[in-house]
Amino acid sequence: MVLTENEQMWSELGIDLASHGQLMNALGPIYQEIYLGQKNRPKGMGFYDFVVGDIHGIRVKELREHAKSGGKVVATYCVFVPEEFCWASGAIPISLCAGTAFSIPAAEEVLPRNTCALIKSSFGFKLGRLCPYVQVSHLIVGETTCDGKKKMFELLAEHQPVYVMEVPNKRGPAGRALWQQEVRDFKAKIEELTGNRITAENLGEAIKKVNARRREFKRLSMLRAADPAPISGKDALLATQVSMYDDVERETQIMKALNEELEERVKNGEGVFPKGAKRILISGSPMAIPNWKLHHIIESAGAVVVGEESCTGSRFFNELAPEGITDLDEMVTALADRYLKTNCACFTPNCERLDDIIGMAKTLMADGVIHYNLQFCHTYANEAIQVDKALEKAGIPLLRIETDYSDEDAGQLKTRIDAFLETL
Amino acid sequence: MITAGLDVGSRTIKLVLFADGHIVHSAVADSGLKPVDRCRRLLDSRSFDKLMVTGYGRDLVAPGLSGATISEISAQAAAVRFLYPDASSVIDIGGQDSKVIRLSPNGVQKFEMNDRCAAGTGKFLEIMARALELSIDDFARTALNAQRSVTLNSLCTVFAESEVVSLINKGEDAHAIALGLHQAVASRVGSMAKRVGMADRLIFSGGGAKNPCLVRLLEEKLSLKITVPEEPQTTAALGAAIIASLQPPSPSTGERPGVRVP
Ligand code: SF4
Ligand code: SF4
Repeated sequence: MVLTENEQMWSELGIDLASHGQLMNALGPIYQEIYLGQKNRPKGMGFYDFVVGDIHGIRVKELREHAKSGGKVVATYCVFVPEEFCWASGAIPISLCAGTAFSIPAAEEVLPRNTCALIKSSFGFKLGRLCPYVQVSHLIVGETTCDGKKKMFELLAEHQPVYVMEVPNKRGPAGRALWQQEVRDFKAKIEELTGNRITAENLGEAIKKVNARRREFKRLSMLRAADPAPISGKDALLATQVSMYDDVERETQIMKALNEELEERVKNGEGVFPKGAKRILISGSPMAIPNWKLHHIIESAGAVVVGEESCTGSRFFNELAPEGITDLDEMVTALADRYLKTNCACFTPNCERLDDIIGMAKTLMADGVIHYNLQFCHTYANEAIQVDKALEKAGIPLLRIETDYSDEDAGQLKTRIDAFLETL
Repeated sequence: MITAGLDVGSRTIKLVLFADGHIVHSAVADSGLKPVDRCRRLLDSRSFDKLMVTGYGRDLVAPGLSGATISEISAQAAAVRFLYPDASSVIDIGGQDSKVIRLSPNGVQKFEMNDRCAAGTGKFLEIMARALELSIDDFARTALNAQRSVTLNSLCTVFAESEVVSLINKGEDAHAIALGLHQAVASRVGSMAKRVGMADRLIFSGGGAKNPCLVRLLEEKLSLKITVPEEPQTTAALGAAIIASLQPPSPSTGERPGVRVP
C-alpha cells in the first residue's frame, strides 16, 4: 500500500493509521453538513474551511518542521497556561482538541465512565494514538482546575512528558502568591525546555502579539452585537477553536480581514440570519474542536448564537495583558494577574463570572442565555445554580443544558431548545 | 376554521380537532413501528384547515403531512391555559419524558425535563408493572392499597427491575413494592418540580396523570392540590391545535439538525 504524504507523516508520528482514517472519514461529512451548508457565509471563513479540510495535515507539518529545526511544541488544554512564555522563547503553544466522542471508547478502557467528555476525549486521543498534535508536542501542560483533569494528567504522564500548573481555588492574597510562583516556575520550565532565556524584550513582544490577536477577537465579539448578525455562531466558534492552535500572527491577519468584511456587512445591514432572529448567548463549559453540537441545534432551529461566555470564547480573549512594562519581574507578575482574572468555575467564589454573563447578554443584545454543561463537570453544574439565580434577577431567560459529545440526546435537546426559543 | 393537533409520542399518537373554541374530535393510537402511517390513518377522512404537530416525532412526521411544528412544552402550556385559565404550573409525565413547567401570564416562564434517563417516566412504571406481572391500572391500585412501602436501592430501570424480581422471590409483599416504586418516581419528578417552583394551581397531564397513586404521592410531596384534566393524554395535541388556531404558523422546513459526532 502506498502511503500519501500525510499518512507517511502520521505513521512517523506513531499514529494508529486505521482508526485515524475512520476519524477523518467521519469528520468530513459532519463538517460538510454543519458548516458548508450555511447560507451567505463570510468569505473570510474560507481560511478555516481550508484548515479543517486538512486538519491533521498542514499545521502538523509546520509544527514538525519547527521541531526538526530544534524548536519546541508545547500542548495545553486550558486557557490558564500563559502562552506568552512559549512564543517568547521560540516554542509554539497549541491548544489540544478534545471535542469528539470518537476517542472516548479508548479512554474508557482506563478512565471511569462518569468522567466529563472533555477529559475522556483528550485522554483517548493519546491512548488511541489518534492525534498528531499530541504526538508532535514535546511537553503537555496540565493544570489543577478540576479533580478529573488533575488525576488524568498523572495517567497521561505515563505516556508523554507532562507538566502541571497549580491553579488556586481562591483569588485572595495567598492564592495570588501561589499563582505568581506557579507562573514563574512555568517560565523556568519553558526556558529549560527550549534552552532559550525569556527576556523583557522577547516577552514584551510576545505579549503584544497575543494581545493583537485578542483585540481582533474582541472586535469580532462586538460585531456580533449587530442585528442582523453578520456571522453565525458556528463560524465564530470555529475561528476561536482554530486560532487556539494556529500561529498567533497569522491568526491576527486572518481575523483582521474577516472583521473588515463583517464591518462592511454591518454597515450594509447584511447578515446570516434575518433581522430579528432570536439571539442566544452560550455560557459554560468550553467546546473543544470539533464540538459544534449545541450551536448547530440552536442555529438549525432558526436562532443565532451571538456569543460564548466560555474558554472557547470570551475567557480566551477578553482580558488583555498589560503592555509597556519594562522590568521582566513586574511583567511576569502582571501576566500572572491577567490569567488569574479568568473566571473559571474552579474558583470559589466566582461572582465575577455572573457579571460577565449578564454584561455579555446585554452588550450582545441576547434574548436568552443557554448554560452549557458537560455532563459530570461538577464545578460548572453547581455554579449553574448561581447563574440561574443571577439571571432570573436580571430578567434574562436561561435554559440549562447538560450533555456530552454523543448524539443520543439530540432529540431531547432539540425539544428543549425549541421550547426555549418559543418562550423568548 | 378547524385545526388539527397531532402529538407524536414515543408510545402513543394523539389527535385533537379543534373548532370555535371546542374540541370536536380526539383519538389515541399506539405509535407502532411506522408512526407516519399511523398519523396518516388517524387523519384520514378528517377535514381540517391547519395542522400543528408536536411530540418527540414531530420533525419526522410534520414535513410529509405539510404540518408545522411546536415543542411539547409550548403545546402543554397552551392547552392547560385553555382548560384552566387560572393554572400556574404543569407536570407532564409521558412515555419517555417527564416535564415540569411554570406558566407565565402569556406562556411558559420556566421548564425542566428529565435527563435522558427513564427513571421518572411512564416507561419506568410500565416496566416495573410488568416485573410485578400486573397491568398498569392494577399496579397503581396495588400501590394505593399498600400499608407500608419498601425503599428501592436503585432508580436505574435495569437495576430496579432485577431488584423487584429478587424482592418478590424473597417473599416481599407486592403492595409494598408497588408503593415503593411509585414513591421513587414521585420523588424524582417532585424534586424537578421543586427546582422549577410549582404553585397553585397545578395541573398534571400526560399518560402518567391517569395513575391515581402518582397523583396522590405528588400532592403529598409538593403539598399542593393537583388537578388532572379529563383526558390528560391528549392535552399536548389539544395545545398544538389551539396554537394552530391562534397564529398562522409558517410551514415546517423539514430541516433536522441531525448532529452526528464522530
Ligand atoms: S473551564 Fe476552566 S479549566 Fe476548563 S479550559 Fe476554561 S479555565 Fe481551563
Ligand atoms: S469541563 Fe469541567 S470536568 Fe471537564 S475538564 Fe473542564 S472543568 Fe474539568
